[in-house]
Amino acid sequence: MLYVPPGGAGSIVTVAPRYENFIGGKWQAPTRGHYRFDVSPATGNPITEVAYSSPEDVELALDAAHAAKDAWGEASAADRAAVLLAIADRIEAKAEMLAVAESWENGKPVRETLAADIPLVVDHFRYFAAAARSEEGRTTEIDKDLVAYHFREPLGVVGQIIPFNFPLLMAAWKLAPALAAGNCSVMKPASPTPWSILKLMEVIEDVVPPGVVNVVTGPGGEIGKALATSPRIAKIGFTGETVTGRLIMQYAAQNLIPSTVELGGKSPNIFFSDVMAHDDDFLAKAVEGLVLYAFNKGEVCTCPSRALIQADIYDEFMARCLDRIAAIRQGNPLDTETQLGPQVSAAQLEKITSYVAIGRAEGAEVLIGGQRAHIDGEFAEGYYFQPTVLKGDNRMRVFQEEIFGPVLAVTTFADDDDALAIANDTLYGLGAGVWTRDGTRAYRMGRRIKAGRVWTNCYHQYPAGAAFGGYKISGIGRENHRMMLDHYSQTKNLLVSYSDKPLGLF
Amino acid sequence: MTETVPGPTPGTTRISATPAARRAIAALRDELGGPVMFVQSGGCCAGSTPMCFRDGEFLVGDVDVLLGDLDGCPFYIDARLDDAWGRGHLLLDVAAGPPEGFSLAAGAEDRHFVTRSTGCAAATP
Repeated sequence: MLYVPPGGAGSIVTVAPRYENFIGGKWQAPTRGHYRFDVSPATGNPITEVAYSSPEDVELALDAAHAAKDAWGEASAADRAAVLLAIADRIEAKAEMLAVAESWENGKPVRETLAADIPLVVDHFRYFAAAARSEEGRTTEIDKDLVAYHFREPLGVVGQIIPFNFPLLMAAWKLAPALAAGNCSVMKPASPTPWSILKLMEVIEDVVPPGVVNVVTGPGGEIGKALATSPRIAKIGFTGETVTGRLIMQYAAQNLIPSTVELGGKSPNIFFSDVMAHDDDFLAKAVEGLVLYAFNKGEVCTCPSRALIQADIYDEFMARCLDRIAAIRQGNPLDTETQLGPQVSAAQLEKITSYVAIGRAEGAEVLIGGQRAHIDGEFAEGYYFQPTVLKGDNRMRVFQEEIFGPVLAVTTFADDDDALAIANDTLYGLGAGVWTRDGTRAYRMGRRIKAGRVWTNCYHQYPAGAAFGGYKISGIGRENHRMMLDHYSQTKNLLVSYSDKPLGLF
Repeated sequence: MTETVPGPTPGTTRISATPAARRAIAALRDELGGPVMFVQSGGCCAGSTPMCFRDGEFLVGDVDVLLGDLDGCPFYIDARLDDAWGRGHLLLDVAAGPPEGFSLAAGAEDRHFVTRSTGCAAATP
């Protein structure tokens, strides 16, 4: 199926000429009146204009959030859960429209946004509605007359900075727990992908109380910084690269507020010999598991960008994988047959190209791909890169640095210890994959890999309820699990004496 | 591989800049009335790009290595990242597109700084 691009005749996505900030339940023009084009990476052509906001607009959003925070924070868990469920219902009803908008702005194939991004967004809000509703405080009987009651109270107004690779899903990952815990949010979308989140606001604006969710678009150096440094936020959440992660923590330290940061990875995907013990569904699944490095064009923090293959199966297993990679269909992201869309920006495309050059200079062998992909017709100016595999060794830069493109670095290992040593020889520790028919080996490897998420005989699944977050420099904090309510609340303890007797000290 | 890496020998530099980068630095100095600083990033999204801030904005720690100075503007990299990158010589350049993270733009709004390894030809897509 082929969807019409947003704004085109017959498209299911309407496009206004320009989009303002969503503040206090209303659409508000940026104070300084500046806008900038929002471009589709498939064509390089503008979709619309979005607000190019300034710090004054962040202050307006903070005003609105602070005005809303007491009522929202005091709303019953049932009422908050009802709002989250209403958000989920609205999104589900508009899933196809949002999937097309997300695909066109980010470049990710619509088959992915239809099957993964948007359904996961819907489920995420429902999961946190359930989490909010089923939350219980703990009570400790210190002695028969002294009782400690523990209540979870919201932080107040939180700042949330969203990455460009899963604009709607990452917004949901941050928004749902914050709202479930009773906070109001001021959100800054990524500069390359502000529009789909604004479309999301159109869908949910009349089911969210004014001021509970506020979205301000514009340059990170001005409004991202204004939000992160503001003494008016009680917590900051961020997903992105390491230097901004450190700045976020630096600003949070200066304001003495908590932060959670998710900062990427260079995830190993390990294939043991026994995956080839039979030619069956499991082997086909493992082959697809390797090819998942091209999921979302490789623009995934957990991209399985290092494949570690046991040496005795390397030739045969890799041959099967290369056949599958060669069959990847690139092109119009709005064609449900397309498997690989354009990179999000020209800058990303250039970065990926330069990394392949670095790999070649280091002596890596290009097994497939290796250059910009040229698509005919209206997508000739799109930011497409061929699915690429580089064979080399783990000390090469292409094995150590997050390329954020459809570029796989592959190497071999001898045994379990060798696989583990290579897997852990990285600064990062976000994701990992282990593929084997031997459950004991899978368990032992999974426990010894230094990463927050070890997919075992699967990869790239992100169900709500499975905690997600980094070891090592991949970040601090977890998402996607009810433990997030801890990150978005503070504990109130009432220590209550039921004794009438004085202490007797004075 | 995460052992502490000693910094460069005093007086050495492992960073240089293209004429375009030097022009952008000069424009930023004029605009801000003072020097900027560069910090090499890694990781998700815009990882691998150098971030540019007003000098002193980013709190440099013992873990950071000073690669050198570009027209009075220091360039830092996390020693662990430097080690993973093979402690090579880097070239600061300018490319099309707005900056990421909280970085300043490279002179003009739609330009950003990039680092290239001097061992490789500057690639154009």
